[in-house]
Amino acid sequence: MTGRYEQVMARKGEIMKRALGMDYAQFERSPIAFDYEAMMFSHGYTLEQIRSIQRSAGVGLTPLLELRNITDLVRSYAEPGRGARIFVKDEAANMAGSFKDRRASMSIHVAMQNGFAGVIAATSGNYGAAVASQAARAGLKCIICQETFDSRHIGQPEIVEKSRICEAFGAEVVQMTVGPELFFHMLELLEETGYLSASLYSPFGVSGIESLGAELAEEMIALTGAPPTHVVVTHAGGGNTTGTARGLERVGAYDTVVVSASVDLSGLHMASDTDFNRKSFTTGHTGFGVPFATWPDRADVPRNAARSLRYMDRYLTVTQGEVFYVTEALSKLEGLERGPSGNTAMAAALSLARELPSDATVVVQETEYTGAGKHHWSQLAFARAQGIEVRAGDPAESVPGKSIVIPERPEQIRAHDVDLIRLRRSYIRNALNHAPEGYSTTPEDVIFLAEDTNTTPSAVEEVIAELRAV
Amino acid sequence: MAEAIRCDVGDWVEVEYVLLSAADRAAGIPEDTAAQPLRAWVKGFALAPGMIGDEVSVETMSGRIVRGHLSDIEPGYTHTFGAPSVEIVSIGRDLRARVAAYRSRDGE
Repeated sequence: MTGRYEQVMARKGEIMKRALGMDYAQFERSPIAFDYEAMMFSHGYTLEQIRSIQRSAGVGLTPLLELRNITDLVRSYAEPGRGARIFVKDEAANMAGSFKDRRASMSIHVAMQNGFAGVIAATSGNYGAAVASQAARAGLKCIICQETFDSRHIGQPEIVEKSRICEAFGAEVVQMTVGPELFFHMLELLEETGYLSASLYSPFGVSGIESLGAELAEEMIALTGAPPTHVVVTHAGGGNTTGTARGLERVGAYDTVVVSASVDLSGLHMASDTDFNRKSFTTGHTGFGVPFATWPDRADVPRNAARSLRYMDRYLTVTQGEVFYVTEALSKLEGLERGPSGNTAMAAALSLARELPSDATVVVQETEYTGAGKHHWSQLAFARAQGIEVRAGDPAESVPGKSIVIPERPEQIRAHDVDLIRLRRSYIRNALNHAPEGYSTTPEDVIFLAEDTNTTPSAVEEVIAELRAV
Repeated sequence: MAEAIRCDVGDWVEVEYVLLSAADRAAGIPEDTAAQPLRAWVKGFALAPGMIGDEVSVETMSGRIVRGHLSDIEPGYTHTFGAPSVEIVSIGRDLRARVAAYRSRDGE
């Protein structure tokens, strides 16, 4: 007998085709390759049109702030001549409190254009708040599916806060226990309501972030005479890295180094009921960052518009304790009280700026709102209540799920490079594994894989040969 | 949350329901998760009076009718900022002093 889960999942293709407002089949080229740029431009909006849609939606044009006190703090312990200038794009100034408003405004625009009565999104993060806020402005119905509780009905405080804000904006929030079947229930709801699937990973959603990359480059040119030398992006599903990097390119900032950053949660299983409340970050962490980089098409769309390996020049990890420390420092030194998840890139930026010459410029491209539940004090109190050891010391000694070590001095903040060659290899392995048994790659596939991993066709061929030899 | 144990028609309430029993869950999920049913909670306006634990239907904000066990009446939120952690409180004082010392050293 087939259960309800299998029955719904068997209808996935037809449900999604209607709910996504577009047919992805037209972009497929082979079992491996698809036409990424054609998919990205299928919505037909230019950067100027995206900006105009966002201006009418009250989104974007957030302040770009130079963090002079944080910069001097880094210079106080950097080698002479080092310590880049650090800036931040205060995306928390968007209506729903994060850069996710940029994505959501595009989803809602597409829903309105196509006559959908409402939207559904599966998200435990700021994107839910953004969709709910934009839907409220547009007079659309909104359902947000959230993974909120463990089986004891204990909610991760950051996600409980996200439930609250979505409901504050008039969304129906379906709060669930831990499990990847969240997606199955989203399909059921899409079928029941006929709403648009406002996926985080649609071409229009990811294109909505291009305005952020473009804005910050233009603002830096106005402020310093040049685009930033480095942009640091908090990385989870890949949309933030992808959209920001594409936006930088759109305004000619080709030389800007794109650095992705995640909180290291290695060892914790994202679908585990017991691990769920043993982490203090619900996004911006390696539990999303690594699997989405190495297999983006695991998302809730047939082809993910967020393809971070195409765009990241470096990938840094930081610890939970380092991000909490920097969150407190940002508040006390710069008067910017912002949420810890959004400060992941800030922690990495402090480490990066220390290595760079003092004339380099580092832009942290987002902040997010904070408050009850999301606040770093709240998260630390919750971690202690879950039996996590919280102590001061060397953050290098922390073990995700067991301990959080708050640095005693800023010198102890040291981001770690993730090996991009290993990630590219893992991506290529996943792409080959998802092709039918016995399929041999074509020259077109090799070119696609090289583009999708920001490497050369010969490097791809080398990896394929190695994988085949195993 | 609310002290009430009985709701009337039209009250703002929360219901709990099982989306998948443990036996019906997806293959390949971790054992600790697979051992539990997938449960859900949603808020809406009660369509019938009921006591906590009774099966009732609600009309949600999107206009859907959902049936489940009444789990809360006038559900609110109790998440907080928590108390300041001892490892955090001194960061601001210490870093302000460091920045000031750096600037006086550099003659700023």
